[in-house]
Amino acid sequence: MTKPIIEFKHVEYLISTTPSRSILSDVSLQIYPGETIALLGRSGSGKTTLLKLINGLRFPSSGTIQIQDRNIRDWDLIQLRRSIGYVIQEVGLFPHLTVRENVCLVPQLENWAADRIYSRYVEVLQSVSLAPSIYSHRYPRELSGGQRQRVGVARALAADPAVLLMDEPFGALDPVTRAELQREFLRLAAHMAKTVVLVTHDVREALLLANRIVLLDVGRIIAVATPREFVRLSHPVAREFLAAAELSAGASL
Amino acid sequence: MNAWQFMVGHRAEILSATREHVLLVLISLAIAVAIGVPLGLVIVRHPRLRAVSLALASILQTIPSLALFGFLIPLPFLGGIGAHTAIVALVLYALLPILRNTFVGLTSIDSAILEAAEGMGMTQQQILFRVRLPLASSFIMAGIRTATVITIGIATIAAAIGAGGLGTFIFRGVAMVSDAVILAGAIPAAILALFADFLLGLLERRLRVT
Repeated sequence: MTKPIIEFKHVEYLISTTPSRSILSDVSLQIYPGETIALLGRSGSGKTTLLKLINGLRFPSSGTIQIQDRNIRDWDLIQLRRSIGYVIQEVGLFPHLTVRENVCLVPQLENWAADRIYSRYVEVLQSVSLAPSIYSHRYPRELSGGQRQRVGVARALAADPAVLLMDEPFGALDPVTRAELQREFLRLAAHMAKTVVLVTHDVREALLLANRIVLLDVGRIIAVATPREFVRLSHPVAREFLAAAELSAGASL
Repeated sequence: MNAWQFMVGHRAEILSATREHVLLVLISLAIAVAIGVPLGLVIVRHPRLRAVSLALASILQTIPSLALFGFLIPLPFLGGIGAHTAIVALVLYALLPILRNTFVGLTSIDSAILEAAEGMGMTQQQILFRVRLPLASSFIMAGIRTATVITIGIATIAAAIGAGGLGTFIFRGVAMVSDAVILAGAIPAAILALFADFLLGLLERRLRVT
């Protein structure tokens, strides 16, 4: 049995309003190397918070989080974050840097040699189907939404992290571009062997991309299931998600 | 005698007054930038210092300029008669637009960009110098531009405490009740202000991203 690369044990996350409000309660979860995990839930279910606990953008109020067998509180946060790729919905590309400068930023901060940075840059840009000769010197404002998202993924992969965190990476895209990027993601995931944690509110995306789906509702994990198991879950929240997906599939015909 | 004739007749004198004026403005702005921009960087992370320094700069801005020059005259070291006193006053006026724009520029950055920077493992210092500062540069330039135009105007009053510059003609014209002499100082000052505004506006647009 392989060891989990990320492990949550009875994690609780409170925000300090008065009275304090619980965003996540009693979250225990094991994520294994090479898996793609989808965190599925409605807005406010705590899925994004759960993701941010993994790269130390948030800290648990109680419970422990182990990343690669080390408690997150013992990690140097800067080091931890540089070893985890992070893609967010609004992409967060730096508008004052070119595509190449954006992608090469983390390797540069990590003091890689220039030729190693360049060859890695070419490799990751090609892996997201962008030609370096065309896109290197463009600024984010000169790219379409889909291209920006590809650059965001390339940037997250640049330092060759073992773990990739994606917060609704395809959420802001039109349906055609989204489907295209999802297909490419599957191809990429298959050959990269990275551990991916993906936040989504789209059950079809979760079923399509993930090996396991973690269903969250008001801060609690209510099910962890493979896509095959998920469609047979009887829990009302799971049924709601599936029903909503079927409804919109019917409506789009 | 009309203003044009006066200006042609005194062109050497006007030119040297303009040179003095430009020098006063440049020195004052250089000092104001050297104080305002670093202070703006510091107050992003220090809320208490932020409140104090922004309030202080705003209050300084409300003191009538002639009064401020008057207040400075009796002060030891900073004050007295002449250009250096004028520079102290001009720096104080130029400080607010530069400080405020630096602060606003540094803090009005899209939160997704800052979150990405933090999530990628940039240190706070790297975020400040490699993300916030470049993205704030056009705001900072806008502050410098405002400060420049204000300073060119206020510097005319510096002649009252013997600092020279184009204000010399204005004060002389007022004393002589001569529009021509007043205009000999006022017109070059206005041209300087318009020219600086245009030039710095170009620079500001070049620095703008998105």
